[in-house]
Amino acid sequence: MQLTNRAKQVSNKEMTLAEKMYLPAFFSGLGITISHLFKKKVTIQYPEVKKYLGPVYRGHHVLKRDEQGRERCTACGLCAVACPAEAISMVAAERKKGEENLYREEKYAAVYEINMLRCIFCGLCEEACPKQAVYLRHDRMVPVFMERDEVVYGKERLVEKMDDRYVRANNSEVKATPTEPSLTRAAT
Amino acid sequence: MDLVILSAKGIIILVLFVITLLIAAYSTWGERKAAAFLQDRLGPNRAGVWGLMQPLADAGKMFFKEDFIPAQASKWLFILGPCLAMLTALMSSAVIPFGDSIRFMWDKVSYEVPLQGTELNIGVLYIFGVVSLGVYGVMVGGWASNNKFSLLGAIRAASQNISYEIALGLSIIAILMMTGSLSLRSIVNEQASFFEWNVFTQPLGFIIFLTCAFAECNRTPFDLPECETELVGGYHTEYSSMKLGFYLFAEYINMFVSSAFISTLYFGGFHYPFMNEVGSALEKSMGAITGHNIATAIQFILFFGKIFFFIFFFMWVRWTVPRFRYDQLMNLGWKSLIPLSILNIVITGAGLLFNFKYASWLIAIVMIVLAITTTVKAPKREMLTQQS
Amino acid sequence: MTEFLNFFKTLTPTGYLFLVLTALTLFSAIGVVTARNPIYSVLALIATFFCLSGHYILLNAQFLAAVNIIVYAGAIMVLFLFTIMFLNLRREDEESKTNLTKMASVVVGGLLMVMLITIFRAKNAQVTTVSSNTSFNPNTGLVEHLGGLLYSDYILPFELVSVLFLVAMVGAVMLGKREAGDRHF
Repeated sequence: MQLTNRAKQVSNKEMTLAEKMYLPAFFSGLGITISHLFKKKVTIQYPEVKKYLGPVYRGHHVLKRDEQGRERCTACGLCAVACPAEAISMVAAERKKGEENLYREEKYAAVYEINMLRCIFCGLCEEACPKQAVYLRHDRMVPVFMERDEVVYGKERLVEKMDDRYVRANNSEVKATPTEPSLTRAAT
Repeated sequence: MDLVILSAKGIIILVLFVITLLIAAYSTWGERKAAAFLQDRLGPNRAGVWGLMQPLADAGKMFFKEDFIPAQASKWLFILGPCLAMLTALMSSAVIPFGDSIRFMWDKVSYEVPLQGTELNIGVLYIFGVVSLGVYGVMVGGWASNNKFSLLGAIRAASQNISYEIALGLSIIAILMMTGSLSLRSIVNEQASFFEWNVFTQPLGFIIFLTCAFAECNRTPFDLPECETELVGGYHTEYSSMKLGFYLFAEYINMFVSSAFISTLYFGGFHYPFMNEVGSALEKSMGAITGHNIATAIQFILFFGKIFFFIFFFMWVRWTVPRFRYDQLMNLGWKSLIPLSILNIVITGAGLLFNFKYASWLIAIVMIVLAITTTVKAPKREMLTQQS
Repeated sequence: MTEFLNFFKTLTPTGYLFLVLTALTLFSAIGVVTARNPIYSVLALIATFFCLSGHYILLNAQFLAAVNIIVYAGAIMVLFLFTIMFLNLRREDEESKTNLTKMASVVVGGLLMVMLITIFRAKNAQVTTVSSNTSFNPNTGLVEHLGGLLYSDYILPFELVSVLFLVAMVGAVMLGKREAGDRHF
């Protein structure tokens, strides 16, 4: 079986004197390494320069609001079931009168927590969500944490801020499969 | 009067000592930078501009790590090991001439002090002796750790250093025969004109010496005493904190000293083309004292330029060539380098008899011609791309 | 006591150096025989060689000092250390300390001491009369002088020694040579 066409047949013939002397090969090796001294460096200076990771990158979670700023999540728990790392937990509550502008459905998540140490960023929660409520942002990573009590992200850090809304780039590479016809990913 | 010369000497020695330590410290930075640049990376650049504070950060880290001594280790020898390594490394730069001399006036008497730790008439032997002691630090440390990997590393270091010391000494002998002196200063002064640099008169000896210097410094491709893939850390497996720091530091000091030694023996030391013309012009225009001192400073700087090139060469080779296998190392040392250096001595002696300085080239030319003819005659190696 | 102090007062710096070096030499030489651990013993022997080199330098024999360090401290003692590291000698290993060996070593050591004492006593009278500052040539130990002597007055012993080395090397090669039916390790 051949995987690549770069395979080389190595011969085990006796070496010639030049090869035994080692020096020609040694100097050609030195030439190769010194040529790399002047090549462009591939390093990206990470915190200052960030590389665009592509439209399908799965980064920081976000709990979406709809166009009127109401939370979409209805605390059905499907994301928690889908989660292979069991990182998601939630407590459901019933929407009271006068809270219609806060929550879209009659039931909402009073507590919604993701343990970022457990999360493996597989994106299954995003796929499982019937309300298009949870997304993994493609443009932002979960920041490094220094303390253990910073690890569990509650609603205050997950729910989308109105002045910092997440719009996923609608390009041909991403095949959106809308479950609600009126609320395609592009529409948000 | 003696006191003035003594204190001037003391100042020179102190300055050289500080420079040695500084260069060793910045070699660690340079090593990482060189490695990074040869591998298309950037290397340390967070601590200070271009990462120039990196050696300080490393030293701080080393100092604050736990200084651990294994329970079954023999405590005093465990401490003695790195001390010996450091001591022998620092001792060897004492006889290297870093420049001509410094002139100064003190109390209306003019003095002239050579820019050298001490002028010994056995300078080469002194360095050779100190280098041969360098292996004790490694051996004592490796044995005292009471660890099999450390012991194996120590034993490898011992046999490697002893084997390569022979070829090292024999390759120097050719130079000693040409110079007729063991003093490093007279070896340097012998190479006053550019085409009499020993690298041009002794190309073969130079290559042998360079190879042995790599082996004596335990640098890649001869870093078997500390090869990670086989021996964890070799002789310094059990070491931590500043004791480990001493071992690593000693390696870089050795590198600096051997670079200085290579430049002194083969690259004219502090000499550069048209040095005498520049020196006399400076003395004419600026006076015997200032002009002379500036000329010495130029020599000093150029000498360090040569040293830095060789330090870089050490690093360059390290990031190019993989490690030798142990039997290859021994074969190279005993079966190639020693016979070649003996042949070199014989040829050089014959050349001296007929007043022909470049006799060493004969071997080099014969070897090159042989290599080329055998390569041309040999059937091409089959390195064909496999096509299915 | 005052005599002792006066003796110290008359000493030059070199004299003090000599005394310190001698004390160190004796100390490390005693260490060689008293150390329980063979490694310590070897290290003490290396220290002794160092002190001896120091003595050579005091006698203005720099070449001898350097060669002593290179050959003995730098090469031979490394091989000693090398072998001892392989031997894995244990401290409780008392095999070699039977009464017979103790007796033998006492006899041999005693004989050596008696011999040395007689030699020194015989020589002592001569040394004081012969040696004086005028006859001592400070260049005796330097390389040029030594080389001249070796290649003129002492050429025969010098060449004989080199033949001896050659014989030793040939012997080592013969011992180390693999014969046809040998196992390959």
